[in-house]
Amino acid sequence: MSNIPTDLRYAATHEWVRSEGDGVFTVGISEHAQGLLGDMVFVELPDVGDAVTTGDDVCVAESVKAASDVYTPITGEVIEVNADLEDSPELVNSDPYGEGWMFKIKAEDPAEVESLLDAEGYENSIDEE
Amino acid sequence: MSNTTALHAKHLEAGAKMVNFFGWDMPINYGSQIEEHHAVRQDAGMFDVSHMTIVDAKGPQAKAYLQYLLANDVAKLKDKGKALYSGMLNEEGGVVDDLIVYHFDETNYRLVVNSATREKDMNWLLSKAEGFDVTINERSEFAMIAVQGPNAKEKAGTLFSAAQKEAVAGMKPFFGVQAEDLFIATTGYTGEAGYEIMVPTAQAASFWQSLLDAGVKPCGLGARDTLRLEAGMNLYGQDMDETISPLAANMGWTITWEPADRQFMGREALEAQRESGTDKLVGLVMTEKGVLRHGLKVKTDSGEGVITSGTFSPTLGHSIAMARVPSNVGDTVEVEMRKKWVTVKVVKPSFVRNGKSVL
Repeated sequence: MSNIPTDLRYAATHEWVRSEGDGVFTVGISEHAQGLLGDMVFVELPDVGDAVTTGDDVCVAESVKAASDVYTPITGEVIEVNADLEDSPELVNSDPYGEGWMFKIKAEDPAEVESLLDAEGYENSIDEE
Repeated sequence: MSNTTALHAKHLEAGAKMVNFFGWDMPINYGSQIEEHHAVRQDAGMFDVSHMTIVDAKGPQAKAYLQYLLANDVAKLKDKGKALYSGMLNEEGGVVDDLIVYHFDETNYRLVVNSATREKDMNWLLSKAEGFDVTINERSEFAMIAVQGPNAKEKAGTLFSAAQKEAVAGMKPFFGVQAEDLFIATTGYTGEAGYEIMVPTAQAASFWQSLLDAGVKPCGLGARDTLRLEAGMNLYGQDMDETISPLAANMGWTITWEPADRQFMGREALEAQRESGTDKLVGLVMTEKGVLRHGLKVKTDSGEGVITSGTFSPTLGHSIAMARVPSNVGDTVEVEMRKKWVTVKVVKPSFVRNGKSVL
C-alpha cells in the first residue's frame, strides 16, 4: 500500500501540499505518482517569481518511462524551487515527501488548501483509478 | 489469463513490479531500473528471458532449410556451437522476426526467436519447412536466464560443475554449448560480456536463487531496454517489423548476398530495395534536458523520419535514440519535443560497449 501522510493535503492529479505557515505551501508529487512514473531522470522546475493559477502545468517530471506535467494545486507566487533536483532527480523517487519536494508557493488565498483532498480522500481517488 | 515463466514466484518474492508483456506477466523492475542498469554495466545482473521461444531444427535438410529461411547464411557456421544473428524475411523483404541460430552440425540447429511473435514465428517456421526433410520442435521445457556484466561470467561460473566449467573455458563470444543439464551461450542483449543459460524449468527457481546468492542483481525489462538501446541493438516491433526492410534497420550486415544463387526468402525484393535505395537507421544524441521517445517525428534536410526507439541513457546521462531517416541525412536533425523543435546530433547507432561510451 502506498504511503499517504495524513498531515498533507492532495490534488487528484497526485500533487501533495504541506503548509509551512504564513501562507507558504510546499508542493511535491505523491509516492503513488513517483511509483507510476518510475525512475526520474529530469525535473523541469518553474522560475522563482512566477505567478501561477491552480491547475497550471508548472513543472515537468520526466522519468525513464514518460514525461508528466505537474500542476500547481494552489494559486499564488513561486517563491522557492528545489535546486537539488537539477542534479539529483532521483530524490523524487527516494523521498517524495521530503527531499524530493519541488517548489514553494506563497498562496494568494491560504484558505484554498482546505478545498484539496485529505489523505483519505486521496486514497479513495487512487483506488478508483 | 497471462502466461508465467518458471521464475514467476521468484519475481513476486523479490517485490518486482510486474507488467503484461505480450501476454506474459513479466518484471519491469525490482525497484529502480536505473540501478539495475548500472549493475549490468558495472558488475553483474540477470534477466528472466524464459518467455523467449527456443526451437530446434533437426534433420538431413536442416541446413538447406535454414539457408532458404534466413537472410544470413548458416553455411558460414563451421565450428560446433557457433551462433549467427539473422533476420527472417517475407517475400516483400520485410522482417518477420530477428533471431539467433546455433549450429551443432549440418543436421542440428537451435533457434531463439522473440516471444511477442511466438505464434506467428511458429506458423512461419512450420510452413516454410514444407518440402524439406526437417523437424521443427519447440523446447518449452527450458527456462532461460541471461547473466550479463563485467563480473557475470565469474559469478555465474561459481554455480557450474567441473564439467560445465571445462565446457565454457575459453569459449569465444557468440557460441553455445550443452554441458550436462545446462545449455550455456556467450550471447546477450546488453553490450556486456556474459551468458544466456537454458535450464530445465524444474531447476530454474533454485538456479536463480543461487545466482542471487552469488551476488547477481535481478533486472527487469526496463533495464533490458535501456541496455540494448545503449548497445545499439534492435528491438523487433519497434526498430523493424514486417513492413521494414533490413536495409532500413541497420541489418544490412546480416544479409549474406554471396553466393548469388542462394535463393532465400525475400531475396528478390531485397535486391530491388538495394537497387532503389532505402531509408537508414541512425543513432541520435541529445545532450539537453528531455528524453527522445519512440514515435517522435524527425525532420532532416532531405525529408522526414521517425524515432523508432528512444530513452534516457543511464550510462551517458542524457537521451539517446534510434531513428529511421532518409539515407543522405546530415550531421544533425530536428526533433519535435513537447511542441518545440530541437536540434540533435546524428551518430552511428551504437552508444555504449563494455561499460564505456563509444560516442
